[in-house]
Amino acid sequence: MFVIRCPHCCEDREEEEFSYGGEAFIARPTEPESQTDETWGDYLFMKKNPKGWHWEMWGHSTGCRKFFVVKRNTANHAIDGVWSLAEGKKAYETEVKA
Amino acid sequence: MNKDYSFWKLFTQGLNKHQGWQPAWKSVAPKSSYDVVIIGAGGHGLATAYYLAKEHGVKNIAVVEKGYLGGGNTARNTTIVRSNYLWDEAALLYEHSLKLWEGLTEDINFNVMFSQRGVFNLGHTLQDMRDIERRVNANNLNGIDALALTAEEVKQRIPLINTSKNTRFPIMGASFQPRAGVARHDAVAWGFARAASHYGVDIIENCEVTAMDIENDTIKGLQTSRGYIKTAKVGCVAAGHSSVMARAAGIRMPIESHPLQAFVSESLKPCLDTVVMSNAVHGYVSQSDKGELVIGAGIDHYTSYTQRGSPHIIEHTAAAIIELFPMFSRVRMNRQWGGIVDTTPDACPIISKTKVKGLYFNCGWGTGGFKATPGSGNVFAHTIAHDAPHPLNVAFSLDRFHTGHLIDEHGAAGVAH
Ligand SMILES: [Zn+2]
Repeated sequence: MFVIRCPHCCEDREEEEFSYGGEAFIARPTEPESQTDETWGDYLFMKKNPKGWHWEMWGHSTGCRKFFVVKRNTANHAIDGVWSLAEGKKAYETEVKA
Repeated sequence: MNKDYSFWKLFTQGLNKHQGWQPAWKSVAPKSSYDVVIIGAGGHGLATAYYLAKEHGVKNIAVVEKGYLGGGNTARNTTIVRSNYLWDEAALLYEHSLKLWEGLTEDINFNVMFSQRGVFNLGHTLQDMRDIERRVNANNLNGIDALALTAEEVKQRIPLINTSKNTRFPIMGASFQPRAGVARHDAVAWGFARAASHYGVDIIENCEVTAMDIENDTIKGLQTSRGYIKTAKVGCVAAGHSSVMARAAGIRMPIESHPLQAFVSESLKPCLDTVVMSNAVHGYVSQSDKGELVIGAGIDHYTSYTQRGSPHIIEHTAAAIIELFPMFSRVRMNRQWGGIVDTTPDACPIISKTKVKGLYFNCGWGTGGFKATPGSGNVFAHTIAHDAPHPLNVAFSLDRFHTGHLIDEHGAAGVAH
């Protein structure tokens, strides 16, 4: 059991109020007609599933019902930050570049 | 192999105050090279090593384990064994395993306490009952024993169960597999370890794989916390940590690791002589030989490697069990624990070669790997020894996620994902 801060409601709420949206920022391949089966399979099914920091989506399903981005450590459930989808993408890309 | 556990041995050792027993397996330090290294000394990994040595004549095998023998999901499951899966590929694989279970105690000369007490899968809606009819018929066509029962027949067989209409999800019937049952989970790891050790397999505990040595897409060896091990073949059976191992080899996996919880009660007089599972209300229960109720919950929906889950998940399962068995409402729970299960998009395992030559993966068993322990090891040993899949695991290759030939077993996989 852990507590998540919804960046839209700006409140700390218990995990049970939220639903898990899985790995964030999985980009749909551009030009779908010319993709290989491997690219499609990777897009649909392959997961990072890291032991450590994970960028993921959560929905505030019993609150504001909005989705947002969480950076959570899968080894100890520590949360480094929460963002709206747009702000989270920026933070994620900054981290990937660094 | 040396069948030295017997009634006669017990008797003669008894005369000697049981002072002459030898350790069941040798815990050894790693040698510098092996023909095959198995990563993970759980049931599946040890079974793989055993069948490699016994059926394929492979000498010089090591099983490396980052913790202790059988300390992962082998020690954390609810020990249910059954084979009533819907699709041919899955049903035949699990049935292969069930047949091995039926002779396992004799085969490895270790009492795995396999008890074929039957498994009921309850139905609570009309759609559940249609699915049960369909699955029972599919099972029968595959030569697997299965019956569809009415609520009255369920009540006759399990007197304590609440089949009244005054519940949130009344029981409408069940599928029943008479040959299914439970086994002693620790004994499976210990028995396979002992049998493999008899064949000269080295079991190396506290030995964590930290990196894979891969050159030209071929495995050369493993970097471990106890030194470098040279080998041409590696079988990875790391359950919840399979993604971590795959990343070390530069392979992507369609796996997500989730906590799955279970709990046991104080010991009671015998009151439940079978296994009851319900996907709809989300719980399953059996009674161990010690008298404890062994209860399994669902997975937490987020990914995690913590080996613990959220309390609201077990609260939900406890509520479900009490609705099925109101008598259990005053029973106190003794212990609760979590394991990390490696779930796949189609609730079926991956038993496969990889793009790295000499590196094989056996993973993705999700919430239901225990039942497959001997069968999984058996076909995986074949895959490693022949560098080609056994006929029963051809369909479970990693490339099914690129070809699209998924085997959708969400309905029969036991725990609703
Ligand atoms: Zn909110």
